Amino acid sequence: MSATTLDLEARPRLAPGVRLKYDETRSCWVVLAPERVLMPDETALEVLQRLDGKKTVDALVGELVAEYQADRGEIEADVTELLNGLLEKRVLAL
Amino acid sequence: MNAHSPLPPPMAVLLELTHRCPLQCPYCSNPTNLEQAKGELTTAEWKSVLDQAAKLGVLQVHFSGGEPTVRQDLAELIRHAREVGLYTNLITSGVAASKARLDEMAAAGLDHVQLSIQDSEAETAEKIGNYAGAQAKKLEFARWVREAGLPLTVNAVVNRHNIDRVGAMIDLAVGLDAHRVEIANVQYYGWALRNLEALMPRFDQFEAATATVEAARQRLKGKIVIDYVVPDYYARVPKACMNGWGQRFMNVTPSGKVMPCHAAETIPDLEFDSVRERPLAEIWAKSSAFERFRGTDWMPDLCKGCDQREVDWGGCRCQAMALTGSASEADPACGLSPFHAKLRGMAEAASHAAAPDFEYRRIAPRATAKSDSRAPVG
Repeated sequence: MSATTLDLEARPRLAPGVRLKYDETRSCWVVLAPERVLMPDETALEVLQRLDGKKTVDALVGELVAEYQADRGEIEADVTELLNGLLEKRVLAL
Repeated sequence: MNAHSPLPPPMAVLLELTHRCPLQCPYCSNPTNLEQAKGELTTAEWKSVLDQAAKLGVLQVHFSGGEPTVRQDLAELIRHAREVGLYTNLITSGVAASKARLDEMAAAGLDHVQLSIQDSEAETAEKIGNYAGAQAKKLEFARWVREAGLPLTVNAVVNRHNIDRVGAMIDLAVGLDAHRVEIANVQYYGWALRNLEALMPRFDQFEAATATVEAARQRLKGKIVIDYVVPDYYARVPKACMNGWGQRFMNVTPSGKVMPCHAAETIPDLEFDSVRERPLAEIWAKSSAFERFRGTDWMPDLCKGCDQREVDWGGCRCQAMALTGSASEADPACGLSPFHAKLRGMAEAASHAAAPDFEYRRIAPRATAKSDSRAPVG
Protein backbone atom coordinates (compact mmCIF):
# COMPACT_ATOMS: atom_id res chain seq x y z
CA MET A 1 0.00 0.00 0.00
CA SER A 2 1.01 3.62 -0.40
CA ALA A 3 2.51 6.06 2.07
CA THR A 4 -0.93 7.33 2.99
CA THR A 5 -2.17 4.07 4.49
CA LEU A 6 -3.74 4.87 7.78
CA ASP A 7 -2.68 3.64 11.16
CA LEU A 8 -4.55 4.37 14.35
CA GLU A 9 -1.91 6.80 15.58
CA ALA A 10 -2.18 8.94 12.43
CA ARG A 11 -3.52 12.48 12.82
CA PRO A 12 -5.41 13.33 9.64
CA ARG A 13 -6.50 16.85 8.76
CA LEU A 14 -8.04 18.60 5.80
CA ALA A 15 -5.44 18.83 3.03
CA PRO A 16 -4.09 22.24 2.02
CA GLY A 17 -6.54 23.87 -0.37
CA VAL A 18 -9.50 22.01 1.12
CA ARG A 19 -12.14 23.75 3.20
CA LEU A 20 -15.25 22.58 5.01
CA LYS A 21 -17.95 25.20 4.88
CA TYR A 22 -21.63 25.58 5.68
CA ASP A 23 -23.43 26.72 2.53
CA GLU A 24 -26.31 29.03 3.37
CA THR A 25 -27.83 28.81 -0.10
CA ARG A 26 -28.17 25.03 -0.11
CA SER A 27 -28.49 24.66 3.68
CA CYS A 28 -25.84 21.96 3.88
CA TRP A 29 -22.15 21.45 4.58
CA VAL A 30 -19.81 21.32 1.59
CA VAL A 31 -16.19 20.30 1.16
CA LEU A 32 -14.46 22.69 -1.22
CA ALA A 33 -11.42 21.21 -2.93
CA PRO A 34 -9.50 21.89 -6.15
CA GLU A 35 -12.00 21.45 -9.02
CA ARG A 36 -14.28 19.51 -6.67
CA VAL A 37 -17.20 20.14 -4.39
CA LEU A 38 -18.21 17.25 -2.15
CA MET A 39 -21.44 17.09 -0.19
CA PRO A 40 -20.58 14.89 2.80
CA ASP A 41 -23.28 12.63 4.23
CA GLU A 42 -24.05 12.76 7.95
CA THR A 43 -21.40 10.21 8.92
CA ALA A 44 -18.66 11.79 6.82
CA LEU A 45 -19.53 15.23 8.19
CA GLU A 46 -19.39 13.95 11.77
CA VAL A 47 -15.89 12.63 11.10
CA LEU A 48 -14.64 15.65 9.13
CA GLN A 49 -15.77 18.09 11.80
CA ARG A 50 -13.78 16.21 14.43
CA LEU A 51 -10.49 16.23 12.51
CA ASP A 52 -8.00 18.87 13.56
CA GLY A 53 -4.60 17.37 12.74
CA LYS A 54 -3.97 16.79 16.44
CA LYS A 55 -6.48 14.05 17.16
CA THR A 56 -5.40 10.49 16.37
CA VAL A 57 -7.67 8.12 14.47
CA ASP A 58 -7.78 6.05 17.63
CA ALA A 59 -9.08 8.99 19.67
CA LEU A 60 -11.60 9.85 16.97
CA VAL A 61 -12.95 6.30 16.99
CA GLY A 62 -13.12 6.46 20.78
CA GLU A 63 -15.21 9.63 20.63
CA LEU A 64 -17.64 8.12 18.16
CA VAL A 65 -17.96 4.90 20.15
CA ALA A 66 -18.82 6.91 23.26
CA GLU A 67 -21.22 9.21 21.42
CA TYR A 68 -23.16 6.49 19.61
CA GLN A 69 -22.55 3.62 22.05
CA ALA A 70 -21.69 1.46 19.09
CA ASP A 71 -19.39 -1.49 18.54
CA ARG A 72 -15.77 -0.34 18.43
CA GLY A 73 -14.70 -2.77 15.70
CA GLU A 74 -17.51 -1.67 13.44
CA ILE A 75 -16.85 2.05 13.93
CA GLU A 76 -13.14 1.58 13.42
CA ALA A 77 -13.69 -0.26 10.15
CA ASP A 78 -16.14 2.38 8.86
CA VAL A 79 -13.94 5.30 9.88
CA THR A 80 -10.73 3.92 8.41
CA GLU A 81 -12.48 3.10 5.14
CA LEU A 82 -13.85 6.63 4.94
CA LEU A 83 -10.53 8.25 5.87
CA ASN A 84 -8.55 6.11 3.44
CA GLY A 85 -10.90 7.10 0.62
CA LEU A 86 -10.53 10.79 1.46
CA LEU A 87 -6.74 10.47 1.74
CA GLU A 88 -6.60 8.87 -1.68
CA LYS A 89 -8.58 11.77 -3.13
CA ARG A 90 -6.26 14.12 -1.25
CA VAL A 91 -9.15 15.72 0.57
CA LEU A 92 -7.27 14.78 3.74
CA ALA A 93 -3.58 14.88 4.51
CA LEU A 94 -1.47 13.37 7.27
CA MET B 1 -34.02 19.26 -15.20
CA ASN B 2 -37.16 20.30 -16.99
CA ALA B 3 -39.23 23.43 -16.73
CA HIS B 4 -41.23 22.01 -13.81
CA SER B 5 -38.30 21.38 -11.45
CA PRO B 6 -36.65 24.32 -9.68
CA LEU B 7 -33.40 25.68 -11.05
CA PRO B 8 -30.46 24.88 -8.76
CA PRO B 9 -27.92 27.63 -8.07
CA PRO B 10 -24.65 27.50 -10.02
CA MET B 11 -21.67 25.79 -8.38
CA ALA B 12 -18.81 27.60 -10.09
CA VAL B 13 -18.01 30.66 -12.12
CA LEU B 14 -14.99 31.14 -14.34
CA LEU B 15 -13.85 34.71 -14.78
CA GLU B 16 -11.87 35.45 -17.92
CA LEU B 17 -10.32 38.56 -16.38
CA THR B 18 -8.56 39.42 -19.62
CA HIS B 19 -7.81 37.90 -23.00
CA ARG B 20 -4.26 39.27 -22.92
CA CYS B 21 -1.70 36.46 -22.66
CA PRO B 22 2.04 36.16 -23.30
CA LEU B 23 1.52 32.64 -24.70
CA GLN B 24 -0.13 31.86 -28.04
CA CYS B 25 -1.15 28.20 -27.68
CA PRO B 26 -2.95 27.05 -30.83
CA TYR B 27 -5.62 25.21 -28.80
CA CYS B 28 -6.52 28.16 -26.56
CA SER B 29 -10.02 27.86 -25.12
CA ASN B 30 -10.71 31.56 -25.64
CA PRO B 31 -12.85 32.58 -28.60
CA THR B 32 -11.11 33.25 -31.90
CA ASN B 33 -12.48 36.79 -31.74
CA LEU B 34 -10.52 37.84 -28.66
CA GLU B 35 -11.59 40.83 -26.62
CA GLN B 36 -9.42 43.94 -26.38
CA ALA B 37 -7.97 45.24 -23.12
CA LYS B 38 -9.93 48.49 -23.31
CA GLY B 39 -13.24 46.63 -22.92
CA GLU B 40 -12.29 44.76 -19.75
CA LEU B 41 -14.42 45.12 -16.62
CA THR B 42 -12.98 47.42 -13.95
CA THR B 43 -11.92 46.25 -10.51
CA ALA B 44 -15.19 47.51 -9.05
CA GLU B 45 -17.20 45.70 -11.70
CA TRP B 46 -15.40 42.39 -11.06
CA LYS B 47 -15.98 42.83 -7.33
CA SER B 48 -19.66 43.27 -7.99
CA VAL B 49 -19.64 40.06 -10.06
CA LEU B 50 -18.02 38.25 -7.10
CA ASP B 51 -20.62 39.67 -4.68
CA GLN B 52 -23.47 38.62 -6.92
CA ALA B 53 -21.99 35.15 -7.56
CA ALA B 54 -21.61 34.43 -3.84
CA LYS B 55 -25.13 35.62 -3.16
CA LEU B 56 -26.46 33.40 -5.93
CA GLY B 57 -24.90 30.31 -4.34
CA VAL B 58 -21.68 29.97 -6.35
CA LEU B 59 -19.08 28.10 -4.27
CA GLN B 60 -15.94 28.29 -6.38
CA VAL B 61 -14.45 31.03 -8.51
CA HIS B 62 -11.79 30.35 -11.12
CA PHE B 63 -9.62 33.34 -12.02
CA SER B 64 -8.62 32.71 -15.59
CA GLY B 65 -7.94 34.51 -18.85
CA GLY B 66 -6.04 34.95 -21.07
CA GLU B 67 -3.40 35.23 -18.43
CA PRO B 68 -5.13 36.53 -15.29
CA THR B 69 -1.92 37.70 -13.60
CA VAL B 70 -1.50 40.48 -16.17
CA ARG B 71 -4.36 42.16 -14.29
CA GLN B 72 -2.62 44.19 -11.58
CA ASP B 73 -5.72 44.02 -9.36
CA LEU B 74 -5.73 40.21 -9.15
CA ALA B 75 -4.70 39.96 -5.48
CA GLU B 76 -7.35 42.52 -4.60
CA LEU B 77 -9.99 40.44 -6.40
CA ILE B 78 -8.83 37.25 -4.68
CA ARG B 79 -9.09 38.96 -1.29
CA HIS B 80 -12.57 40.15 -2.12
CA ALA B 81 -13.66 36.69 -3.28
CA ARG B 82 -12.46 35.19 0.01
CA GLU B 83 -14.25 37.87 1.98
CA VAL B 84 -17.55 36.88 0.40
CA GLY B 85 -16.86 33.19 1.10
CA LEU B 86 -15.80 31.90 -2.31
CA TYR B 87 -13.19 29.19 -2.93
CA THR B 88 -10.52 30.78 -5.12
CA ASN B 89 -8.60 29.04 -7.87
CA LEU B 90 -5.98 30.66 -10.11
CA ILE B 91 -5.57 29.24 -13.62
CA THR B 92 -2.27 30.54 -14.94
CA SER B 93 0.51 30.03 -17.45
CA GLY B 94 3.00 30.97 -14.74
CA VAL B 95 5.11 33.18 -16.99
CA ALA B 96 3.83 36.63 -16.07
CA ALA B 97 3.89 37.00 -12.28
CA SER B 98 6.84 37.60 -9.95
CA LYS B 99 7.33 35.75 -6.67
CA ALA B 100 6.31 38.90 -4.81
CA ARG B 101 3.01 39.03 -6.65
CA LEU B 102 2.31 35.34 -6.06
CA ASP B 103 3.04 35.83 -2.34
CA GLU B 104 0.64 38.76 -2.36
CA MET B 105 -2.07 36.48 -3.83
CA ALA B 106 -1.34 33.78 -1.24
CA ALA B 107 -1.64 36.37 1.53
CA ALA B 108 -4.93 37.49 0.01
CA GLY B 109 -6.29 33.99 0.63
CA LEU B 110 -5.78 32.15 -2.66
CA ASP B 111 -6.87 28.53 -2.15
CA HIS B 112 -5.33 26.73 -5.11
CA VAL B 113 -3.19 27.21 -8.22
CA GLN B 114 -3.60 25.48 -11.54
CA LEU B 115 -0.49 25.83 -13.70
CA SER B 116 -0.48 24.95 -17.39
CA ILE B 117 2.42 23.16 -19.05
CA GLN B 118 2.67 22.60 -22.79
CA ASP B 119 5.06 19.64 -22.62
CA SER B 120 7.67 18.05 -20.38
CA GLU B 121 10.34 19.05 -22.92
CA ALA B 122 11.13 22.73 -23.12
CA GLU B 123 11.70 22.90 -26.86
CA THR B 124 8.29 21.53 -27.89
CA ALA B 125 6.58 23.29 -25.00
CA GLU B 126 7.93 26.66 -26.10
CA LYS B 127 7.05 26.01 -29.72
CA ILE B 128 3.45 25.24 -28.73
CA GLY B 129 3.18 28.38 -26.61
CA ASN B 130 5.34 30.39 -29.05
CA TYR B 131 7.27 31.84 -26.12
CA ALA B 132 11.00 31.26 -25.70
CA GLY B 133 12.05 30.72 -22.11
CA ALA B 134 8.55 29.83 -20.89
CA GLN B 135 9.43 26.42 -19.46
CA ALA B 136 12.06 27.66 -17.00
CA LYS B 137 9.68 30.38 -15.82
CA LYS B 138 6.89 27.85 -15.31
CA LEU B 139 9.05 25.49 -13.29
CA GLU B 140 10.24 28.36 -11.13
CA PHE B 141 6.66 29.54 -10.65
CA ALA B 142 5.63 26.03 -9.55
CA ARG B 143 8.35 26.13 -6.88
CA TRP B 144 7.11 29.49 -5.64
CA VAL B 145 3.59 28.10 -5.39
CA ARG B 146 4.72 25.23 -3.18
CA GLU B 147 7.01 27.50 -1.14
CA ALA B 148 3.99 29.69 -0.45
CA GLY B 149 2.25 26.60 0.91
CA LEU B 150 -0.36 26.55 -1.83
CA PRO B 151 -1.66 23.32 -3.34
CA LEU B 152 -0.78 22.91 -7.01
CA THR B 153 -2.45 21.28 -9.97
CA VAL B 154 -0.44 20.88 -13.15
CA ASN B 155 -2.60 21.09 -16.22
CA ALA B 156 -1.18 19.46 -19.35
CA VAL B 157 -3.01 19.74 -22.65
CA VAL B 158 -2.26 16.74 -24.82
CA ASN B 159 -1.85 16.82 -28.60
CA ARG B 160 0.10 14.99 -31.32
CA HIS B 161 3.36 16.77 -30.45
CA ASN B 162 3.50 15.77 -26.79
CA ILE B 163 1.16 12.79 -26.31
CA ASP B 164 4.03 10.30 -26.35
CA ARG B 165 5.40 12.05 -23.25
CA VAL B 166 2.29 11.78 -21.06
CA GLY B 167 4.29 9.69 -18.58
CA ALA B 168 7.07 12.29 -18.44
CA MET B 169 4.50 15.06 -17.90
CA ILE B 170 3.02 13.15 -14.95
CA ASP B 171 6.51 12.62 -13.55
CA LEU B 172 7.22 16.32 -13.98
CA ALA B 173 4.09 17.14 -11.96
CA VAL B 174 5.17 14.72 -9.22
CA GLY B 175 8.63 16.33 -9.22
CA LEU B 176 7.01 19.74 -8.78
CA ASP B 177 5.18 18.38 -5.72
CA ALA B 178 1.81 18.92 -7.38
CA HIS B 179 -1.23 17.51 -5.60
CA ARG B 180 -3.05 16.87 -8.81
CA VAL B 181 -2.32 16.63 -12.52
CA GLU B 182 -4.88 17.06 -15.22
CA ILE B 183 -4.10 15.35 -18.51
CA ALA B 184 -6.60 16.81 -20.94
CA ASN B 185 -6.76 16.00 -24.61
CA VAL B 186 -7.43 19.03 -26.77
CA GLN B 187 -11.10 19.90 -27.25
CA TYR B 188 -11.66 20.82 -30.87
CA TYR B 189 -13.58 24.02 -31.31
CA GLY B 190 -12.46 27.63 -31.75
CA TRP B 191 -8.67 27.87 -32.08
CA ALA B 192 -8.14 24.12 -31.78
CA LEU B 193 -10.54 23.38 -34.61
CA ARG B 194 -8.55 25.77 -36.80
CA ASN B 195 -5.48 23.74 -35.83
CA LEU B 196 -7.10 20.29 -36.07
CA GLU B 197 -4.44 18.76 -38.32
CA ALA B 198 -1.61 20.40 -36.42
CA LEU B 199 -2.84 18.91 -33.13
CA MET B 200 -4.73 15.63 -33.59
CA PRO B 201 -2.91 12.54 -32.28
CA ARG B 202 -3.30 9.11 -33.88
CA PHE B 203 -5.59 6.53 -32.26
CA ASP B 204 -2.67 4.27 -31.34
CA GLN B 205 -0.94 7.21 -29.63
CA PHE B 206 -4.11 7.91 -27.66
CA GLU B 207 -4.39 4.25 -26.63
CA ALA B 208 -0.78 4.16 -25.46
CA ALA B 209 -1.26 7.41 -23.50
CA THR B 210 -4.39 6.02 -21.83
CA ALA B 211 -2.49 2.90 -20.76
CA THR B 212 0.33 5.07 -19.38
CA VAL B 213 -2.16 7.14 -17.38
CA GLU B 214 -3.86 4.02 -15.98
CA ALA B 215 -0.53 2.55 -14.89
CA ALA B 216 0.54 5.87 -13.32
CA ARG B 217 -2.74 6.05 -11.40
CA GLN B 218 -2.01 2.70 -9.78
CA ARG B 219 1.64 3.50 -9.15
CA LEU B 220 0.99 6.97 -7.71
CA LYS B 221 -2.16 6.23 -5.71
CA GLY B 222 -2.36 8.51 -2.69
CA LYS B 223 0.59 10.54 -3.97
CA ILE B 224 -0.99 12.52 -6.77
CA VAL B 225 -4.51 12.67 -8.18
CA ILE B 226 -4.57 12.16 -11.95
CA ASP B 227 -7.56 13.48 -13.86
CA TYR B 228 -7.73 12.35 -17.47
CA VAL B 229 -9.92 13.86 -20.17
CA VAL B 230 -10.19 11.57 -23.20
CA PRO B 231 -10.44 13.09 -26.68
CA ASP B 232 -14.00 13.22 -27.93
CA TYR B 233 -12.88 12.15 -31.39
CA TYR B 234 -11.91 8.72 -30.11
CA ALA B 235 -14.70 8.40 -27.54
CA ARG B 236 -17.91 6.36 -27.73
CA VAL B 237 -19.96 8.25 -25.20
CA PRO B 238 -20.13 12.03 -25.01
CA LYS B 239 -19.00 14.01 -21.99
CA ALA B 240 -21.52 15.64 -19.73
CA CYS B 241 -20.28 18.96 -21.05
CA MET B 242 -20.35 21.59 -18.28
CA ASN B 243 -22.31 18.97 -16.27
CA GLY B 244 -25.30 20.08 -18.28
CA TRP B 245 -25.74 23.38 -20.06
CA GLY B 246 -26.74 26.13 -17.64
CA GLN B 247 -26.91 23.81 -14.66
CA ARG B 248 -23.74 24.30 -12.68
CA PHE B 249 -21.43 26.70 -14.42
CA MET B 250 -21.08 30.25 -15.70
CA ASN B 251 -18.29 31.83 -17.71
CA VAL B 252 -17.78 35.59 -17.70
CA THR B 253 -15.73 37.16 -20.50
CA PRO B 254 -13.36 40.14 -19.96
CA SER B 255 -16.07 42.61 -20.96
CA GLY B 256 -18.71 40.94 -18.78
CA LYS B 257 -20.63 38.73 -21.18
CA VAL B 258 -22.03 35.72 -19.32
CA MET B 259 -21.96 32.38 -21.13
CA PRO B 260 -22.91 28.79 -20.24
CA CYS B 261 -19.48 27.62 -21.41
CA HIS B 262 -16.30 29.31 -22.59
CA ALA B 263 -16.86 28.24 -26.20
CA ALA B 264 -20.54 29.19 -26.42
CA GLU B 265 -19.77 32.03 -28.81
CA THR B 266 -19.05 29.46 -31.51
CA ILE B 267 -22.81 28.94 -31.66
CA PRO B 268 -23.79 31.80 -33.95
CA ASP B 269 -27.37 32.58 -32.99
CA LEU B 270 -26.97 32.75 -29.21
CA GLU B 271 -27.30 36.12 -27.50
CA PHE B 272 -25.40 36.76 -24.30
CA ASP B 273 -26.31 39.14 -21.53
CA SER B 274 -23.68 41.28 -19.87
CA VAL B 275 -23.18 41.92 -16.17
CA ARG B 276 -23.04 45.56 -17.20
CA GLU B 277 -26.69 45.40 -18.17
CA ARG B 278 -28.37 42.70 -16.11
CA PRO B 279 -27.95 41.23 -12.60
CA LEU B 280 -26.11 37.90 -12.52
CA ALA B 281 -28.99 36.06 -10.82
CA GLU B 282 -31.36 37.17 -13.55
CA ILE B 283 -28.90 36.09 -16.25
CA TRP B 284 -28.57 32.65 -14.63
CA ALA B 285 -32.33 32.20 -14.44
CA LYS B 286 -33.53 33.93 -17.58
CA SER B 287 -30.81 34.66 -20.13
CA SER B 288 -31.90 33.19 -23.46
CA ALA B 289 -28.46 31.66 -24.01
CA PHE B 290 -28.76 29.70 -20.75
CA GLU B 291 -32.35 28.66 -21.34
CA ARG B 292 -31.69 27.50 -24.88
CA PHE B 293 -30.10 24.11 -24.09
CA ARG B 294 -30.95 23.77 -20.42
CA GLY B 295 -32.54 20.48 -19.38
CA THR B 296 -33.92 18.05 -21.94
CA ASP B 297 -36.67 19.91 -23.82
CA TRP B 298 -34.33 21.11 -26.60
CA MET B 299 -33.03 17.61 -27.33
CA PRO B 300 -33.31 15.75 -30.62
CA ASP B 301 -35.33 12.50 -30.52
CA LEU B 302 -32.11 10.47 -30.36
CA CYS B 303 -31.30 12.03 -26.97
CA LYS B 304 -34.87 12.37 -25.71
CA GLY B 305 -35.40 8.63 -26.00
CA CYS B 306 -32.05 7.73 -24.44
CA ASP B 307 -31.68 6.65 -20.81
CA GLN B 308 -28.42 8.63 -20.62
CA ARG B 309 -30.13 11.96 -21.35
CA GLU B 310 -29.71 13.22 -17.80
CA VAL B 311 -26.26 11.70 -17.47
CA ASP B 312 -24.44 13.22 -20.45
CA TRP B 313 -27.09 15.86 -21.23
CA GLY B 314 -26.54 15.32 -24.96
CA GLY B 315 -22.83 16.14 -24.71
CA CYS B 316 -21.18 19.26 -26.04
CA ARG B 317 -23.31 21.83 -27.89
CA CYS B 318 -20.30 23.54 -29.41
CA GLN B 319 -18.97 20.31 -30.82
CA ALA B 320 -22.38 19.50 -32.29
CA MET B 321 -22.33 22.94 -33.90
CA ALA B 322 -18.81 22.57 -35.26
CA LEU B 323 -19.29 19.09 -36.68
CA THR B 324 -22.93 18.89 -37.74
CA GLY B 325 -23.75 22.53 -38.43
CA SER B 326 -26.46 22.50 -35.76
CA ALA B 327 -26.06 23.02 -32.04
CA SER B 328 -29.30 21.10 -31.44
CA GLU B 329 -27.92 17.79 -32.69
CA ALA B 330 -26.56 15.12 -30.38
CA ASP B 331 -22.84 15.49 -29.76
CA PRO B 332 -21.16 13.49 -32.56
CA ALA B 333 -18.84 12.02 -29.91
CA CYS B 334 -21.83 9.76 -29.13
CA GLY B 335 -21.55 6.42 -30.91
CA LEU B 336 -25.28 6.63 -31.70
CA SER B 337 -24.97 9.95 -33.53
CA PRO B 338 -25.33 9.71 -37.32
CA PHE B 339 -22.28 12.00 -37.49
CA HIS B 340 -20.06 9.80 -35.32
CA ALA B 341 -18.35 8.10 -38.27
CA LYS B 342 -17.60 11.50 -39.80
CA LEU B 343 -16.02 12.66 -36.54
CA ARG B 344 -13.84 9.60 -36.29
CA GLY B 345 -12.95 9.91 -39.98
CA MET B 346 -11.84 13.51 -39.47
CA ALA B 347 -9.61 12.45 -36.60
CA GLU B 348 -8.09 9.61 -38.58
CA ALA B 349 -7.43 11.80 -41.62
CA ALA B 350 -6.02 14.72 -39.62
CA SER B 351 -3.79 12.56 -37.45
CA HIS B 352 -2.25 10.71 -40.39
CA ALA B 353 -1.60 13.85 -42.44
CA ALA B 354 1.71 15.68 -42.01
CA ALA B 355 1.34 18.25 -39.23
CA PRO B 356 1.05 21.76 -40.68
CA ASP B 357 2.40 24.85 -38.89
CA PHE B 358 0.34 26.21 -36.02
CA GLU B 359 -2.05 29.06 -36.46
CA TYR B 360 -1.16 30.81 -33.22
CA ARG B 361 -3.72 32.39 -30.93
CA ARG B 362 -3.49 36.16 -31.39
CA ILE B 363 -5.69 39.15 -30.82
CA ALA B 364 -6.91 40.31 -34.21
CA PRO B 365 -5.34 43.48 -35.58
CA ARG B 366 -7.30 46.63 -34.80
CA ALA B 367 -8.66 47.01 -38.30
CA THR B 368 -10.51 43.70 -37.90
CA ALA B 369 -11.66 44.48 -34.40
CA LYS B 370 -13.24 47.73 -35.57
CA SER B 371 -15.58 45.90 -37.87
CA ASP B 372 -17.05 43.83 -35.09
CA SER B 373 -20.43 44.78 -33.82
CA ARG B 374 -19.78 45.10 -30.10
CA ALA B 375 -20.81 48.42 -28.67
CA PRO B 376 -17.97 50.67 -27.57
CA VAL B 377 -17.38 50.68 -23.85
CA GLY B 378 -17.88 54.01 -22.17
